Amino acid sequence: MLKMPTLDIHDTSTDARTETKVAATDVNVYYGEKHALQSVSVNIPDRAVMAFIGPSGCGKSTFLRCINRMNDTIPIARVTGKIIIDNQDIYDPSLDVVQLRARVGMVFQKPNPFPKSIYENVAYGPRIHGLCHSKTDLDEVVQSSLEKAGLWNEVKDRVNEPGTGLSGGQQQRLCIARAIAVNPEVILMDEPCSALDPIATARIEELIDELRKNFCIIIVTHSMQQAARVSQRTAFFHLGTLVEEGPTTEIFTNPKDKRTQDYITGRFG
Amino acid sequence: MAVETVPGPMSGHLDPGAASSAQIKKSIGRRYAAERRFRMYGVLAILFGLAFLAVLFGSIVSKGYTAFVQSSFLLKVNLDRAVIDPSGQRDHNAIMTADYTKLARKALAAQVGADPANRPQMRDVGQLLSRDVDVEIRKVVLADPSLIGKTVPVWVLASGRVDMLLKDQLDRNLPPETRKISNQQLAWIDKAHADGDLALRFNWGLFTNGASSNPETAGVGVALIGSAFMMMTVLLLAVPLGVAAAVYLQEFAPKNFWTDLIEVNINNLAAVPSIVFGLLGLAIFINFAGLPRSASIVGGLVLTLMTLPTIIIATRAAIGAVPPSIREAALGVGASKMQTISHHVLPLALPGILTGTIIGLAKALGETAPLLMIGMVAFVVEYPTSPLSPSTALPVQIYMWATSAERGFVERTSGAALILLALLICMNLIAVILRRKYERRW
Repeated sequence: MLKMPTLDIHDTSTDARTETKVAATDVNVYYGEKHALQSVSVNIPDRAVMAFIGPSGCGKSTFLRCINRMNDTIPIARVTGKIIIDNQDIYDPSLDVVQLRARVGMVFQKPNPFPKSIYENVAYGPRIHGLCHSKTDLDEVVQSSLEKAGLWNEVKDRVNEPGTGLSGGQQQRLCIARAIAVNPEVILMDEPCSALDPIATARIEELIDELRKNFCIIIVTHSMQQAARVSQRTAFFHLGTLVEEGPTTEIFTNPKDKRTQDYITGRFG
Repeated sequence: MAVETVPGPMSGHLDPGAASSAQIKKSIGRRYAAERRFRMYGVLAILFGLAFLAVLFGSIVSKGYTAFVQSSFLLKVNLDRAVIDPSGQRDHNAIMTADYTKLARKALAAQVGADPANRPQMRDVGQLLSRDVDVEIRKVVLADPSLIGKTVPVWVLASGRVDMLLKDQLDRNLPPETRKISNQQLAWIDKAHADGDLALRFNWGLFTNGASSNPETAGVGVALIGSAFMMMTVLLLAVPLGVAAAVYLQEFAPKNFWTDLIEVNINNLAAVPSIVFGLLGLAIFINFAGLPRSASIVGGLVLTLMTLPTIIIATRAAIGAVPPSIREAALGVGASKMQTISHHVLPLALPGILTGTIIGLAKALGETAPLLMIGMVAFVVEYPTSPLSPSTALPVQIYMWATSAERGFVERTSGAALILLALLICMNLIAVILRRKYERRW
């Protein structure tokens, strides 16, 4: 892949020729005896959306969870290989996982707001990381995060009501606001729309397109249409291996591998 | 079954569709019957349980409600200076040792019209009063020594026999030898009752008095304080220890042979008979550590050991029931493990932890066997001032009264059981209310 550092942060070009944010080399994941992910190497560009597609159980979520070391919480999981974010190996023992997760935010499959108020949901991250020194600072961060997540206008009059009282799509946008409130560099999204209706899905997709101006976004999706709509680059996983990776348009129109072609044409998966 | 087939000459039997439909019909009937039967069993089981509960409450309440009132005489006692304070110096010793019983007898004799000069009659009058009547009058004098020399109205307890007669527990038509009340005494009782000098009053003594061999002055005061000290000990020790152990086992402990072993043992400990904990307490806290016998701190420690497994199991279940998505959400924004637990997991598990704790406490409150082992079955008259002073506990008090021979203790046994039941119901109610209050949906 051609690396061309761009200084213009407002570059929204879809050619994905931007600098590499996350570089994975020979990543293997074992769940006990099971070799769940085999030798995955991929470069993920900054300020773009990278989609991971593939049939169920192919390892795409597993790989996604390696990027913020969420697999650490599974006692039997073991990860080998190297994942480098901004010249820093995230599996370096000296790296603090809490710091890493402040830099690599995550949005989960099912909306999972805390059973607290909308305000507290967004304010939680900045608060535990000590990012805001005054109440007004915090108010500002909460508002701007909710604005970026496209939720502010809907909830500005009821930020003190419980986040769990929102609709599914609003809850997911609240989770996105919560993730971006700590000002991460990378946002991981694990099938963020699979629990949402088409209208809410469309809103989230618009939001992703908006967010990619400022963040490196990696999205796991089951829907090939979604991958085609929102991503600039796509990686196809199958049976624990990365089969093919490239610009989205190329993967969908001219896949090099037979398995990719079979999958995107609906022959399996 | 979609097509109706006309039976041909060769088809002497029903067509397969109709046959299977009839089969299904038959089996559906059977299935519904089975369901109805099952529901009937369920209803019967519940009715059976409710009936037992009704019998239990019925018997305790019918026997115990009379314990909450007590017959008392309203005596106009002349606090004779010559008897109480002959020296006129307000001598404490003299006041403490004065013959108050004589004053009480005199007052009662005057009120019922007995002859103060007739000694046998005076003895009979004395039998109507509680043996602890002197203590009651002395209390009045000690509270206000300026009353010495005046005539003051004092409510004093009647004897157990009078009390039983007033509560219809003694048949007045029995011959005098059997009912232990002479005809003369009966006449006096009736006169005092008619004059309003003898009445059933609310029995505060049941709640405030300590142990006594006279049923009319026996109360659960000491037992209540002892039980309160024990509950405090359990609360202060078992809750922090139990919650900490549960959090560690559930969230931090590695999954290996040793933690499995610990888990199995905790579950087994919850099922260990309580008397075994009593033996353990006797061996460790009293014989080895040298703590005093009959002290509520030892009882509290034993009950702590007994309650710990309950609290650990309840807390682990409550923590385990917190959805993993909440943990992931917290970890995902960069919360440390400790922050995840203290900010999200524990608050969400709180209703479960509280419920488990209160149910564990309630279990400990009603526990008797281990307390017998460590000598809490004691005759304690004075209020315990600290967890180290001798005391008894509510269920043990019930046990002691139940084994007493006197008739007057029967109603007190049931009365104390009612108090214990009321406390337990209150605790369970608190558990329900707390759970309702803190229960949050996610």
